[in-house]
Amino acid sequence: MSELSELYQQVILDHNKKPRNFQKLEGANRVSEGFNPLCGDQLTVYMLMDEGVVRDLSFVGTGCAISKAAASMMTQAVKGKTREEAQVLFDEFHRMVTGELDEEAEENHLGRLTIFAGVRDYPARVKCASLPWHTMHAALEGEETATTENLGPDLTQAAVSE
Amino acid sequence: MIATEKTIEEKGWDVGRIREDFPVLGQTVNGKPLVYLDNAASAQVPRIVIERGAKYLREEHSNIHRGVHYLSQRATSAYEGAREKVKRFINAREARECVFVRGVTEGVNLVMHGYGRKLVGEGDEIVVSEMEHHSNLVPWQMLCEEKGARLRVLPMNDAGELILDEFDALLNERTKLVCVGHVSNSLGTINPVKEIVARAHKQGVPVLVDGAQGAPHLKVDVQDLDCDFYAISGHKMFAPTGSGVLYGKAELLEKMNPFLGGGSMIRTVTFERSTYAAIPDKFEAGTPAIASAIGLGAAIDYLNSIDREAAHAHERELLRYATEKLSGIEGVRIIGTAREKASVLGFVIDEVHPHDVGTILDQEGIAIRAGHHCAQPVMQHFGVPATARASFAFYNTKEEVERLAAAVEKVIEVFA
Repeated sequence: MSELSELYQQVILDHNKKPRNFQKLEGANRVSEGFNPLCGDQLTVYMLMDEGVVRDLSFVGTGCAISKAAASMMTQAVKGKTREEAQVLFDEFHRMVTGELDEEAEENHLGRLTIFAGVRDYPARVKCASLPWHTMHAALEGEETATTENLGPDLTQAAVSE
Repeated sequence: MIATEKTIEEKGWDVGRIREDFPVLGQTVNGKPLVYLDNAASAQVPRIVIERGAKYLREEHSNIHRGVHYLSQRATSAYEGAREKVKRFINAREARECVFVRGVTEGVNLVMHGYGRKLVGEGDEIVVSEMEHHSNLVPWQMLCEEKGARLRVLPMNDAGELILDEFDALLNERTKLVCVGHVSNSLGTINPVKEIVARAHKQGVPVLVDGAQGAPHLKVDVQDLDCDFYAISGHKMFAPTGSGVLYGKAELLEKMNPFLGGGSMIRTVTFERSTYAAIPDKFEAGTPAIASAIGLGAAIDYLNSIDREAAHAHERELLRYATEKLSGIEGVRIIGTAREKASVLGFVIDEVHPHDVGTILDQEGIAIRAGHHCAQPVMQHFGVPATARASFAFYNTKEEVERLAAAVEKVIEVFA
């Protein structure tokens, strides 16, 4: 079990307190909703997709510090990325929080997102970090609802609403 | 504080002694002694219950009600013996009024299928309270949807108390059933179910009581309450999961449809038609959770062996002390401030989500529940997405309450 301070790093606490891109996005052409029925967490991701590029991304909703910070930093990381790049980030983030990707040993594009690596030591909290990503992924795929419901313990099965 | 603890001890509540009966409590979690405050979700199991279950598996395991052989007879007698213990524990008139089920959820669904689907029709009404657990709400929504019936809600005030003044107006000639929890799992409120039953009966309406949180904290007397159904979950009263009881008045159970069809619940079967067994067998299709039911009987033996009044007084004192300690911390708000409460303490911390509270407390070895507690309408009433909940059993201590308070202060420090 890692130290608490590795889970609640200052950056995460900061994004929890002041989430970035935390508003409804006017002009969004993809809107996707995410639910975690276990805890009642809910968020909506707004995406402006143009010629295969995520031009803008925002979110609103309620959730714990982990999910809020994950959503906030996700919007920063994905904004401006192509659909393919966003897909790669989604996959890598997933593999990292489920312990399948060693972000220090293997090549990846996660950058600052690696501060969420500590989540893998808290199995009950993996879904908190994943929910925003699933929701964004659903928007990427043009779907409207994401949920952590059908994921089971193995969260690597990519898109939630499949 | 010390004086009060003394007084309780003088009355014969030796919490240190009691803790020795619960092997699980002796462990450390994350390097700290476990503080188990998630009793409203599942209470821990005393040694005699564990040993009784093991004895069954070691010496008596066999199927019940169908074998002429020795082991089957022993298993049957232990299983029916447990039913008899349940009967005395809740003071039912007869053992056949006590149907073994998996827990409250199955008990409520049994009533929904057996009573509801037979006797509720289009335009009829079911009354539930605003503070019901989903298990005593969703089955009724499903029934209303199927039958074109109407679900009506008895509201609560901001302390988390039912507004009884509005109850009578909800009852009319279309009301077929009132469904209410004895004790709220999210707020701790003890509802005046005896009064609710009396008023409903005045209008000829039967009442189902969800006793999941009632049975562990209160003395239950179904004849005194005069309720028509009372559902219990064994795992919330120191027995294994998979054990539970639906009590129903015999005349109601008799006129209900069976729930699950299959073995054990029949009298005769031909391809043309089957006839059903008498109660309670009519509702116990298939091989039940025999070991769990026997374990529930042993848990009742255990509860009968302790001074339950002193146990409940100790729980009340823990609740009082915890409420005082947590209310004294700036930024903490108690959710559920009814005058009559069982030892369930819901709270929120400003700007901190309950899940984060739960994780940080877990790091301190403290088990609480964080979430919506299967009572989303309650969360909506209080305008919170979720709460943290500490729930106490008679084996908890004041030192544990102090560790809870210290850990809550640590949460605030982390998020400051």
